[in-house]
Amino acid sequence: MKSLAELQAIKDKMKNKIVLREGSGDVRVVVGMATCGIAAGARPVLNAFVEEINNAGLTDKVTVSQTGCVGYCQLEPIVEIHEAGKEKVTYIHMTAEKAREVVEKHLKGGQVVSDYTVTDAN
Amino acid sequence: MIRAHVLICGGTGCTSSGSKTLQEAFNKSLEKFGLTEEIKMVQTGCFGLCALGPIVIVYPDGTFYSRVTAEDVDVIVEEHLLKGRIVDRLVYRDSETDAIVEEQAKNVSLSDTKFYKSQKRIVLRNCGVIDPDNIEEYIAMDGYAALGKVLTEMTPEDVIKVVSDSGLRGRGGGGFPTGRKWALCAPNKADQKYVVCNADEGDPGAFMDRSILEGDPHCVIEAMTICGYAVGATKGYVYVRAEYPIAVSRLQKAIDDAKAYGLLGKNIFESGFDFDLEIKLGAGAFVCGEETALMTSIEGNRGEPRPRPPYPAVKGLFGKPTVENNVETFANIPQIILNGAEWFSSMGTERSKGTKVFALGGKIQHTGLVEIPMGVTLDTIINEIGGGCPGGKKFKAAQTGGPSGGCIPASLINTEVDYDNLVALGCMMGSGGLIVMDEDNCMVDMAKFFLEFTVDESCGKCTPCRVGTKRLLELLDKITDGKGTLEDIDRLEELCNYIKANSLCGLGQTAPNPVLATLKFFRDEYIAHVVDKKCPAGVCKSLLSFVIDKDKCIGCGKCAKNCPVDAITKTDYVAPGHKLASYTIDTSKCIKCGACVAGCKFNAISKM
Repeated sequence: MKSLAELQAIKDKMKNKIVLREGSGDVRVVVGMATCGIAAGARPVLNAFVEEINNAGLTDKVTVSQTGCVGYCQLEPIVEIHEAGKEKVTYIHMTAEKAREVVEKHLKGGQVVSDYTVTDAN
Repeated sequence: MIRAHVLICGGTGCTSSGSKTLQEAFNKSLEKFGLTEEIKMVQTGCFGLCALGPIVIVYPDGTFYSRVTAEDVDVIVEEHLLKGRIVDRLVYRDSETDAIVEEQAKNVSLSDTKFYKSQKRIVLRNCGVIDPDNIEEYIAMDGYAALGKVLTEMTPEDVIKVVSDSGLRGRGGGGFPTGRKWALCAPNKADQKYVVCNADEGDPGAFMDRSILEGDPHCVIEAMTICGYAVGATKGYVYVRAEYPIAVSRLQKAIDDAKAYGLLGKNIFESGFDFDLEIKLGAGAFVCGEETALMTSIEGNRGEPRPRPPYPAVKGLFGKPTVENNVETFANIPQIILNGAEWFSSMGTERSKGTKVFALGGKIQHTGLVEIPMGVTLDTIINEIGGGCPGGKKFKAAQTGGPSGGCIPASLINTEVDYDNLVALGCMMGSGGLIVMDEDNCMVDMAKFFLEFTVDESCGKCTPCRVGTKRLLELLDKITDGKGTLEDIDRLEELCNYIKANSLCGLGQTAPNPVLATLKFFRDEYIAHVVDKKCPAGVCKSLLSFVIDKDKCIGCGKCAKNCPVDAITKTDYVAPGHKLASYTIDTSKCIKCGACVAGCKFNAISKM
């Protein structure tokens, strides 16, 4: 070990990998992964979220987890985004494509993608 | 990318309850469900709740599964990791009777459960959180940052000042101020000085040091290097028992990795400071936990203590100035350097700062490892964190300091635990083994147990310890055999004081403590043994007799079948309301094994 900077570099690199163990981050992305969700294609959606959040370098504040059936099976795959101090946002009929867009616009940009959210019409 | 971590405890406790097979099962199962790319398995050190092992924690939600078996693994992987449904039946409960911990269901942190709520984890902060075999995970948790700070920003004097100001005292038992120990060694000039870590944890029931080495070995390496810089030593030894194979192998891997990363060896952080570290295996002699005997053993000689002075700070290992500290003491150092002396001294009591790790054992629900701030009451440790005695039994006493310590009776359960309060009670902090006893424990028998241990472990160098402890044990044997007299109790006390005053090292000086403490708090039990010839707790066999209540006995004959010495026979008495004749025990044949009591479904047999 030559310098503090070298140590810091290892720390920064590793911090992302173990931040999960400090509990949930500020933002939680919850994917419905009950039988209904999986049948409707929740798996690729989950994968897309995990991948994109990693690519966007958001792992220290966003965690991805799954949940069971929310009860609205015909709207699956359903994704909820919980953020401390804000109202929950529910996305429906998600696809991997839409997931990437949500990461880009919502999680990175702070802009809810209202095209995909649940409305009274549903 | 990884979206969840599955942490499996790889401490000795959970390893013996099967965590290795669990890991294999998880690996297989993750493959089966195609989750290997997104779920990471991590083997960690001890979480503390050893009684409930093997333990598995799933992050980010922090779900805490206990007593997991290989058969449960597929369920956890499919339900929890794939579908996101927590497997309720495996989730840790606060006590056997409680409903599932509410917080768990709501995914609130584990630190809110009773077991963890009153704890303060400084020494154990990484245990059960990081993979001890991965140096980079340690670095991610601020590992080696203290060493970096010391070598680039601080002088050796600064380091000693911070450690002194923190008020840290030796965690191996004696409680000598760590900063002063370092300050005594630093000015001594020599061509070579040494830092020694005492990991020869020998107290029955104590496993704090083992768990630290297993769960966070790098913090000890970092601290020893810091100590070396502070006192001017370039070589260190960790003296660890060969009976701790997991701790030894993790520590060895940690040392190798630290060398590979340049955190041990030459010119660390380009500061010009060199430090090298080596493991020395102990062969399990209790006396080698005594600092001078330990150094004699490292030198390759028979582990026997030597008289002090000269103290190790002046003439220690190989005759050179040496600092020797316990594992837990070292484990505090990096945090003190990073957070400052004031942070550390804000915790604890007036003269005992920081936290202490205790290994809870004996008659307690949550056998395991806990870390609490100094000054927390015994009541909190035993009843709140430890969950009390199993089976609703009454708490009788707690033994601290193992064979060198004494017991604290139930009447003093509100004692605030720190060095000085325990010494005032005739106990000692010891290394941190805390053995809980309930109403079914005989205190004379308990004193005898610890004395048997010290008689075995006395190295034999000095007469008061070698002969004195043996005579003490004989007196105790006499008392538990029902042959003791009141004069024997006086003689016991006199001999105890003589051994304390005249033994060469700590082993002998403290060996009579369990006897003295039980005499102080439970003299009535000794008197019951010698005057009434009774063991109130029903433990000492010679003073027991087993009796069958002829009116309760239904004559089934189970006890007679169970009796290994044919001491039970049928009588011709048929109790009113029963069809068969009752049985009786021939006390002259009875060996008091208790097999009859265990087999009787009608509570007809009692111990008198």
